[in-house]
Amino acid sequence: MELSESFFGRHFGITERDLQSYLSTALSRGGDYADLYFEYLASTSLSIDEAIVKSATQGVTMGMGVRVLSGERTGYAYTDSLKPDKIRHAAAVAACIADGPATEPVAGFTEAARRDLYPVLSAPADQPLAERVKLVQRADEAARSCDPRVFQVQAVYIDNIKHVLVATSDGVLSFDRQPMARLAVSVLAREDGGVPQRGFAGGGGRVELPFFSNGHSPESFAREAARQAIVQLDAVEAPAGEQTVVLAPGWPGILLHEAVGHGLEADFNRKGVSAFSGRVGELVASPIVTVVDDGTMHSRRGSLNVDDEGQMTQRTVLIENGVLRGYLQDRLSSSITKAAATGNGRRESYHHVPMPRMTNTFMLAGESDPDDIVRSVKKGIYCRNFGGGQVNITNGDFVFSATESYLIEDGRVTRPVRGATLIGNGPESLKQVSMVGHDLKLDEGMGICGKDGQSVPVGVGLPTVRLDKMTVGGTA
Amino acid sequence: MDAIAIAADAAARARALGATDSEATVSEGSEFSAEIRLGQVEQVKEAGSSAIGIRVLVGTNTGSSYTSDFSAEGIDAMVARAMELARITTPDPYAGLPDPIDLGSVAGDLAIYSEATAAMEAPLKIELARRAERAALDTDPRINNSEGATFTSRLSLTAFVNSRGFEGSYRSSSCSLSCSPVAADNGRMERDYWFSLGRGPAQLDSPEEVGRKAAGRVLRRLNPRKVPTQKAAVVFEPRVARSIAGHLFELVSGDAIYRGSSMFAGKLGQTVASAKLTLVDDGTLPGLFGTTPFDDEGVPSRRTTVISAGVLNSFLLNSYAARKLGLRTTGSASRGITGNASVGHGNLFIAPGEASAADLLRAAGTGLYVTELMGFGFNPVTGDYSRGATGLWIENGELAYPVSEVTIAANFADMLMAVTPGSDLEFLGSVAAPALLFPEVTISGT
Repeated sequence: MELSESFFGRHFGITERDLQSYLSTALSRGGDYADLYFEYLASTSLSIDEAIVKSATQGVTMGMGVRVLSGERTGYAYTDSLKPDKIRHAAAVAACIADGPATEPVAGFTEAARRDLYPVLSAPADQPLAERVKLVQRADEAARSCDPRVFQVQAVYIDNIKHVLVATSDGVLSFDRQPMARLAVSVLAREDGGVPQRGFAGGGGRVELPFFSNGHSPESFAREAARQAIVQLDAVEAPAGEQTVVLAPGWPGILLHEAVGHGLEADFNRKGVSAFSGRVGELVASPIVTVVDDGTMHSRRGSLNVDDEGQMTQRTVLIENGVLRGYLQDRLSSSITKAAATGNGRRESYHHVPMPRMTNTFMLAGESDPDDIVRSVKKGIYCRNFGGGQVNITNGDFVFSATESYLIEDGRVTRPVRGATLIGNGPESLKQVSMVGHDLKLDEGMGICGKDGQSVPVGVGLPTVRLDKMTVGGTA
Repeated sequence: MDAIAIAADAAARARALGATDSEATVSEGSEFSAEIRLGQVEQVKEAGSSAIGIRVLVGTNTGSSYTSDFSAEGIDAMVARAMELARITTPDPYAGLPDPIDLGSVAGDLAIYSEATAAMEAPLKIELARRAERAALDTDPRINNSEGATFTSRLSLTAFVNSRGFEGSYRSSSCSLSCSPVAADNGRMERDYWFSLGRGPAQLDSPEEVGRKAAGRVLRRLNPRKVPTQKAAVVFEPRVARSIAGHLFELVSGDAIYRGSSMFAGKLGQTVASAKLTLVDDGTLPGLFGTTPFDDEGVPSRRTTVISAGVLNSFLLNSYAARKLGLRTTGSASRGITGNASVGHGNLFIAPGEASAADLLRAAGTGLYVTELMGFGFNPVTGDYSRGATGLWIENGELAYPVSEVTIAANFADMLMAVTPGSDLEFLGSVAAPALLFPEVTISGT
């Protein structure tokens, strides 16, 4: 595709000559590198609450950011306007990070290789509103009708379409159109007069609207949310102290995201402030553990054709048979440490500088039968669903909150237990993995990852896994 | 056109297209940040942005939209989208704007905008961050690395107009200085941070104080132990105790009350906490970070005693939650630039008690002094509370050694009934609390 045929070429008349000139301004005081990031984002959000579609919001934001790198220094400025004088002003502000004679961007651009991991012909954002609002109405009806104990339902549908353009002073030009859709249902249930319990389910990805009728229907999410809430009505106190923990496949992959994912982001490792710094080649997990980050998976929430620095995304092996293989790179870290790029430079929006971030992070399937894994545990807990997690990358301590878990007694999953936080230490906890199931599952497409005040969509995945020892924060 | 005129024009366009009511917000802001790491400038960011949002009511149907495109076509498209969205929402008898009698603005200077913040030059901001980090690095040789020191400043303008005759705007400013040193001992690293913030630079602590405080915090974490699983007391230091005020906010928020998703639903007038606990929301305290002349629906900020000596005295309400519950708004509406307002707060704080920090430790006897919490383990529906914790072990009423990789868990209702607040209240943001003692929770470790 030529720039003139791209979204920004067609709608804003941006030419290669313009880009070249902005990059020259950005490098007018020197610097090693500069890039321009243009973004247009149209979003729709529809929500139902108490069986009333109370809220419907649409909006458009657009703008661009200019970044200048000079050694390890970053200068950044952005503007809401795509008018040439505003862009030139932002470029001049970002340029101030350097203080020397002007450098010149390379002449001419080479377009980054094209591929289409999310060939969404008709984005949900282009579908009639009446079609989309039905999704939240169907979720509401399904949750209410599936069990009389359900007394409150909220459902939110959000879609957006994002157009990005990246132009760099070393001559890379890339465009991408990034659709996203997500439906989430939350439910409260109560046994007559008792304490209510909540359940939460949903899914999405870089998909077309029919995704929500093929195995990801509003009804299926609604029933799942109601099921979780109702299970909790019988929950007993969670155990306290070190336990054998079995994690269910899918969303519990948030374990990897917190325990190792963030700690393997190259910025922390370049600075030597991660518990994994300088440990490439060392054993950091059980030999049956292999963890990858893959930004190239079809239609998934964490996938990108190109990252927010114009670099192709890829599949990166982080831990192979327990051995640490490498880090997730962005442009700044890979150029300083002379490491190969991995296509993990991401940002929330044009208001932000890119940094190394995960895409879809998961553990490869192992050999064990999931039922055998549960049967192998005399006493422990089985965790099926989680809320959020958090990590201190420097000492490696991490937590994640189990929202649906059960006791394991004599090899059988028995009573549900109340919500509890699990805590571990990144480089140590994956050494506790003694069995990995053959049932790798990816999450439903709901993940949001926060770092330094920037949120980006991500995916996680996990087969059934047994950890011999982990601290469970219950009260019993 | 100034911001109020732009908002008024958008609100009027919606009325011209048939909206029964409309409300519009214009938000303009500029930000600056400088990050120093190991003495070198690592990143400087500087920019401004603005956006407008509109919410329309057509009868009792609502629609909302926003844009960053202030051209006439951009505003027209935004208003048209909001009108179109109002066609797909469901009539809601409780939807509406606040009663005109509730609209208004706090008079007088709330001291939330400092010209001095606007006037600060970039080199000075960079120098303050450099001095803070230097002070931390110079404290002790075990502090051998850094996640840097950052100076940020922000200026913003908010204008709000509604079709019931409200028009208002205010400027605000803030600046902050933070420092995150890294220390290592016996092959394990630790990090911690400290910060200072103010509406203007004059309210900031000296960079040396910020750096030394951050250094002291990271040094006391070195060589932590994991303690055995047990029931014991915990004392939350004030920075951490703020999270308890935050959880109380979730419980008293009118949205959660009418939905039945708060364990405080139906408990107005009942005892929900120890008589030592008083929770106040005050959006009018000069110079503080939760202070505004009016809320995001144009209702004046005020002081509300939410929990008075353990008794639930008031929920926090916007006009919608108030109508749902048959109560009156407390001026607690909050939203971004558009959409239905949710419930927010002004300066929400747990009132200080009599006990000094040393008194609380003595009363605790044995337990954990919590200096950091991790994760999201609070369920406002049930009160299940379980969080990752870091801190210092309390032995014989005194701090003994660092502890990490443990959790603390209890039922939140039980925690509230037994809490004792300390006397050391400091505002480090719009939510504040003194140190808090909880005499018995479950600590999970080995």
